Amino acid sequence: MTARADVLARLRAARAGTPVAVPRAYDRRGEVVDRVSVLAERVRDYQAGVQRTGPAGLPEILGRLLPEGRTVIMPAGVPEQWVTGCQARLRWDSDANPLSVAELAADGVSVLTGCTVAVALTGTLILDGGPDQGRRLLTLLPDHHVCVVRAEQIVGGLPAALARLPDPTRPLTLISGPSATSDIELDRVDGVHGPRRLDVVIVDDDHG
Amino acid sequence: MTGTGRISAAVPFPTAARRQLADPQLRANLRRATRTIRNRRSQAVDEVTDWEALRATGAAIKDDVLSRLPELLEEFETRATAAGAHVHWARDAAEACAVVTGLVRATGTDEVVKVKSMATQEIGLNEALAEAGISAVETDLAELIVQLADDTPSHILVPAIHYNRRQIRDILTAGMPAVDASRLTDEPAALAEAARRHLRERFLSARVAVSGANFAVADTGSLVVVESEGNGRMCLTLPDTLISVVGVEKIVPTFADLEVFLQLLPRSATGERMNPYTSIWTGVHPGDGPRNVHIVLLDNGRSDTLADEVGRQALRCIRCSACLNVCPVYEQVGGHAYGSTYPGPIGAILSPLMTGPDSGANRTLPYASTLCGACYDACPVRIDIPQVLVHLRQVGVDARRDRPSLERVALRAASNLIRDRRRYAMALRAARRGAAPLRLLAGSRGTARRLPWPLSAWTTSRDAPLPARQTFREWWAVRAADESAQVAGNPVAGDATHEPEEPR
Repeated sequence: MTARADVLARLRAARAGTPVAVPRAYDRRGEVVDRVSVLAERVRDYQAGVQRTGPAGLPEILGRLLPEGRTVIMPAGVPEQWVTGCQARLRWDSDANPLSVAELAADGVSVLTGCTVAVALTGTLILDGGPDQGRRLLTLLPDHHVCVVRAEQIVGGLPAALARLPDPTRPLTLISGPSATSDIELDRVDGVHGPRRLDVVIVDDDHG
Repeated sequence: MTGTGRISAAVPFPTAARRQLADPQLRANLRRATRTIRNRRSQAVDEVTDWEALRATGAAIKDDVLSRLPELLEEFETRATAAGAHVHWARDAAEACAVVTGLVRATGTDEVVKVKSMATQEIGLNEALAEAGISAVETDLAELIVQLADDTPSHILVPAIHYNRRQIRDILTAGMPAVDASRLTDEPAALAEAARRHLRERFLSARVAVSGANFAVADTGSLVVVESEGNGRMCLTLPDTLISVVGVEKIVPTFADLEVFLQLLPRSATGERMNPYTSIWTGVHPGDGPRNVHIVLLDNGRSDTLADEVGRQALRCIRCSACLNVCPVYEQVGGHAYGSTYPGPIGAILSPLMTGPDSGANRTLPYASTLCGACYDACPVRIDIPQVLVHLRQVGVDARRDRPSLERVALRAASNLIRDRRRYAMALRAARRGAAPLRLLAGSRGTARRLPWPLSAWTTSRDAPLPARQTFREWWAVRAADESAQVAGNPVAGDATHEPEEPR
């Protein structure tokens, strides 16, 4: 008997035969009055930077967050218009011309991406490898991650966020603040292996 | 299948606990840490208005999974395979270790990087790999500390919870040759930075990673790893080959079900609204991450646990460790006293359920509890741990009915005394006379710390109250006699109605 057949047979013999009804009395809609403000507040709670702007102000803010002397890495789908105010060195990563691990892990590198969905109540950004997010390593090896969130991408709670993903079988990363550890006396230390700095820029059409 | 590996206590719990209790530093570290995490958890939970509804759903989803585990595992296998993963099965620890070792050997490498994983701890994977000449590098900070100290984890979530920052500094400077000992302070940020540097090179050169998974999604074939530091993301994306060892109970039916568990787990575990990083992957993603993805589905005592009608709820466990942090016993003795990969209240039921009571000293684990119920209140999937503890105690006693037992003799004798009022009163008087010399030793405390054998069985872990100078019945009889004397001598209006009846 193979291990597979053996394990399945044992589980079949051991289980309770009765079907189980699953109650769903929790809040699945997660409605939040001011999603933008709640997201901003919750992301700040994780010691990440948060800026709010209208579309016209985005290049200027990114120019300040990504100053001269740094190298900015971007997935191929990041609009060029975002970085028109950037004095930093710009590098694009694409399937045809992927950047090397050494380039991503070098000192002074920031990565600039968008996201697919953001969750206001938990201050979470969800990346699914879409054109403006790129492969997972891009947002992992550089020490600084700048993520642009459009207001219409923000939902209240996690159930709404997962339901909104276009394809859950794409490689997903949920990011809530910078990399952290509480392994030493449960004291939270920001920045272990992932980016030690996270800046979130929320672009809101209604913002002046 | 009976569970094997590192889930058997080598010595009885009371013996191990006594050893741990003798270490005041350990107890101070534990008290500090569990108190901090308890407060954080209750704040994070109180903020969620539908917490109880989430718990109820979490428990029900897991019960549903347990009732159709074979079908869901087959569905998971089909989906994961279609997405490019290779699915393997293992009956027990040795088989799982053999599968992983074979896969690593086939790549030709002799070093793997590891994501913190209870399943690989449980099967003793690092030791098995070492025997095959493959070194496994733990990359979670706490696991790294434990590995460098040549110690074993003492907590599910924070394996190095038993060390304070000074001890951790000494472990890191001794274990990481590149660290300049004279310049490393014991600030947590400095210690984390030292670990970051130490591991960076390992990540960048590793060709094989080994992980566990927090959840396995049947309808998509996806695996989920919930973490904080980013070491998990490094292992899941940098190496060419990824091998994940996953207990069969980790299945959830649908991707949407993650909306429940990704709310329950972080708040229960670290007391955060959400953990910094959660990775979800489905087979191979061309151009992004490992090209060879293997999944080892592990039984190792889970089917035996499922067969126990009361105990099977332990398989709902999502390894958050909230039950450890609220347990008054764990807070005193720490994780090592339980002698298993799974410590604390959940370990006290899971270890004997997985191995059967006759493995090592696992029979003693269900007694490692005061049955206060704090673990049940804290459990995000509503595992009634006290109920299972009592059930396992009963099973343990039932299995030994044919053997002589001092406890049974004592209780039979007691039942014989209590049944007859006169015999009972006589016994109390005799006990009082017998205890008179002890009273001198006990002083104002009124309890005896140590009694001679066979009563020492009681006083090794508790004080014995001495018999009262006067029983309640005696006190009542004297009081009643006094009052009736008073009533007869100085009648007080209205007071006579309070005269007590003769106790029946």
